[in-house]
Amino acid sequence: MTEAIASSWTTGIVREVERFGETYVRLRLEVADRHDHVPGQHYVVRLRAPDGYTAQRSYSLASDPADPLIELMVECLPRGEVSGFLHDVVEVGDELELRGPIGRWFVWGGEVPSLCVAGGSGVVPFVSMLRYARRMGTASQLTIVASAQTRERLPYIEELEEFGAFIALTRENHGDRVAAHIYPDELAELSKGIERAYVCGSAGFVSFVGRSLGEAGVPSSIVRVEQFGVTS
Amino acid sequence: MANFTRGFTGGARRGGDTRLPPGQYDTGATWPVLTAELTPTIDLDTWTMTVDGLVEKPTTWDWRGIHALPSSSYFGDIHCVTTWTKFDTTFAGVSVDALLEIAKPKPEATHVMATATTGYNTNLPLDDITDGKAWIVWEFDGKPLAPEHGGPVRLLVPHLYFWKSAKWITQIELMDHDEQGFWERNGYHDRGDPWLEQRYQGDA
Repeated sequence: MTEAIASSWTTGIVREVERFGETYVRLRLEVADRHDHVPGQHYVVRLRAPDGYTAQRSYSLASDPADPLIELMVECLPRGEVSGFLHDVVEVGDELELRGPIGRWFVWGGEVPSLCVAGGSGVVPFVSMLRYARRMGTASQLTIVASAQTRERLPYIEELEEFGAFIALTRENHGDRVAAHIYPDELAELSKGIERAYVCGSAGFVSFVGRSLGEAGVPSSIVRVEQFGVTS
Repeated sequence: MANFTRGFTGGARRGGDTRLPPGQYDTGATWPVLTAELTPTIDLDTWTMTVDGLVEKPTTWDWRGIHALPSSSYFGDIHCVTTWTKFDTTFAGVSVDALLEIAKPKPEATHVMATATTGYNTNLPLDDITDGKAWIVWEFDGKPLAPEHGGPVRLLVPHLYFWKSAKWITQIELMDHDEQGFWERNGYHDRGDPWLEQRYQGDA
């Protein structure tokens, strides 16, 4: 896989749009002059108004590097200037300004046995990792834990279940598991033999999981973090 | 490529405030938390701040020692590469100038590496942290700086994107050359001036 530096802006043509209620929109785009990404990397989407005003946000890729299109799963945030536009306005055939792939820290190239812990839309980079792992036959290297309030709030839940991810819903039961946050003893079991951990979610989620990983005996030096959202 | 995005005129974030660098939005009262690592627990009894490398007098301050230096504060805006800008922040601590005055940079020093207790680091030209442009801070809005925002002590270099303002700082090393830090190695710009939109490697 080539390691690209996202040195310039390019364009992507929206080939597929799928909306999931009010919460998520999945966009699949064909990118001009595309560089291969490493699972975990993100793209920047920039919107430009006729008067030159711009707004840009970063979104993790959900797609496998071998996918002919790139896939974004965008959570629609309240008053979200870019996410709201992507959710409400974008149609197949639209052209968007894009830049990527970006980031060389929160990435997994299949080289080390890893635990991935996601809260809500934090699962997106791990979907790219699991698709990659499936194709490369390295799925046994990847343990995924995904948490959300409800099934509806967890994008890609069917694909995660099929992969064998550990699903922790906090407001409804999931199979035999009663609604609850992830327990440290669950993480202790799932983190056996890992050499790296990735945690992606809101700041509150990452802080909670970080403490639980610590209790589970995972040293903070092997934990990589990606956060989003706000504190007041 | 059309020269604008179909259907986009700017959303609720659009302000037109001249204090906003290009591509930034006003995050209002919120303060997003973005780090690459878990928030460390730092014991103030053992915490130290060191200025070393190309200086006449490598110096280490403990929590009490750094508070004995003349206090200095910053009032103004901060800008994150993820595109939020926070207006009218107040930070208090000491000016980096006060530390350098004691450590005395050698003439050949041109750059620094700022390092956190977690191992996170970021590179800066010496000129970007001298003459009242940078602080070591432990207070935000009159209260102790929260751990998730880099407390107990972080670097503050508000005229550059905020990844340069290393959280949980413990060392500034003066060097005679530039060397990339954590995010700079991982795709972000070596200097990070928000007014020039120096976000990623390859930006002018």
